Amino acid sequence: MSLKILQSGLLSTIQDNGRFGFQKYGVIKSGAMDLYAHRLANILAGNPEDEATLEMTLLGPSIEFTEDTIIALTGGNLSPKVNGQPIPLWRPVFVRSGAKLEFGAPVSGCRTYMAASGGYDLERELGSRSTYLKARIGGVNGRALTENDELNIRESDLIGKAAIRNSEAKAIPASWYMKPDYNVVNKTVRYIEGREYEWFTEDSQSVFNTEEFTLTSQSDRMGYRIEGPVLALKEKRELLSEAVGFGTIQVPAGGQPIILMADHQTTGGYPKMGQVIAVDLPHLAQLKPGEKIKFEKTTIEEAQKLFVQREKEIDFIRNMVRDKFEKGVL
Amino acid sequence: MKRAAYFPISEQALLVELGQEISEDLRIKIRLLTDQLDQGDFPWLTEYIPAFTNVTIIFDLLYFKESPGQSHERIQEEIEKIISSMEQESVKTPGSEPVKIPVCYDEDFGMDLDEVANHNGISKEEVIALHTEGVYPVYMIGFSPGFPYLGGMTEKIAAPRKEKPRPKIPAGSVGIAGTQTGVYPLETPGGWQIIGRTPLSLFDASKQPPALLKAGDSVQFYRISKEEYNRLKEL
Repeated sequence: MSLKILQSGLLSTIQDNGRFGFQKYGVIKSGAMDLYAHRLANILAGNPEDEATLEMTLLGPSIEFTEDTIIALTGGNLSPKVNGQPIPLWRPVFVRSGAKLEFGAPVSGCRTYMAASGGYDLERELGSRSTYLKARIGGVNGRALTENDELNIRESDLIGKAAIRNSEAKAIPASWYMKPDYNVVNKTVRYIEGREYEWFTEDSQSVFNTEEFTLTSQSDRMGYRIEGPVLALKEKRELLSEAVGFGTIQVPAGGQPIILMADHQTTGGYPKMGQVIAVDLPHLAQLKPGEKIKFEKTTIEEAQKLFVQREKEIDFIRNMVRDKFEKGVL
Repeated sequence: MKRAAYFPISEQALLVELGQEISEDLRIKIRLLTDQLDQGDFPWLTEYIPAFTNVTIIFDLLYFKESPGQSHERIQEEIEKIISSMEQESVKTPGSEPVKIPVCYDEDFGMDLDEVANHNGISKEEVIALHTEGVYPVYMIGFSPGFPYLGGMTEKIAAPRKEKPRPKIPAGSVGIAGTQTGVYPLETPGGWQIIGRTPLSLFDASKQPPALLKAGDSVQFYRISKEEYNRLKEL
């Protein structure tokens, strides 16, 4: 065994980039809520990006490492500490056997990702290690992690190199780090018009683009319920269910939007006001209940340009990190 | 003239609308298109999601990274080619042989059979006869893994949803809601009137494909005894 869960935390699940190719069978895509942080955690741990990470929500778990391991924590800052010593996010950290990782108060964001160098030794189910709670597949027996769960971590060739550093500390952060591409102060997310955008009254379209909405506590991996001015249709209309995606903003009859998140159903029948652009989904994933959010309309061309640009940035970081590891790791 | 209407619905998704209203022709057309997507070589294709009147194509935008703004148009052109080739060939109707699903309508399983019968002023036997007579097209799979949206049920056995949804409906339960009928693949909460249960599993993650049904198939239910149910359940 390489790690043991001492306390489960609020919701700690195994996630990867998602389950592809099965939505036609009604099997949801799942995957990390904050794919940017998830992928960067893997990159910083020297892993391929489709390795699984541990997604921890608001109240982190406590974990004991039973072997020397290199981890990387990314995403929201839930005050991680190893044996009482605060450890930084967004860089590799060498942890010694016997080290105990715990979390404190959420400082920014609400979801932290932990990658372990070598990767968690779990089987893929339907092509993915992501936990899909309802169908009980992926992750650890298709469920959230609980007390006494033990996880194997595959052998990593980075460990030997990292141990060179002479220190008694239980956790040794790398001397280098990356700066995340988050703008946590700015809670505006950009969207493109949904297929039924024109079904909404002009007044509703206008308030949607100008007013603030609040994330409610009835928000989870499946969807975010947000509260604000009521959005109304010009006339009552029925819609046949069709494909929806991560970031689809749908509006049920009550007029309060639901933004579909990583565990969204494959199809939906509510009118769609918009679609949050992919590069802004990580911001949304880090939003806590009670926090405010605003929407800003953009074009699909712009969204696509930003998407490709983001991928280039990730490529750049991947190459930088690889270079660091090749030159002598930590 | 274009053969379908196209809606870019995200950076990496294009919705292809083949018609406006549910029809048998449209269901077959959608199945033909998805069969072509399954069989063809489309390096940009990640996956697709069929629905009643459209198919959503999910693609890899990085395949078009030199000119991302043109990705939707390029895919649209390829889909147009596929649809035109479908029109030229005289293709055999896919999924024309219904998938036969055994159902045990015993009281233990058909908790609401009485209610459905009473609502329509007919006997339980008549409900079963009418339910097993129909051939139900599968329009799409959604809501939960393997859950089929079926059409074509007779109004003679239609019944409103339960006023209070049950917190747990056993996997395999066959139900009626309005003029729809369907099967719950997993144990979930639900408000449908339950009239029987099938021993077949409509969703099994260890199988390839994991779902018994596919959009474009059709389904026919047949009656089995409790003994047969138990025997099939053990297979």
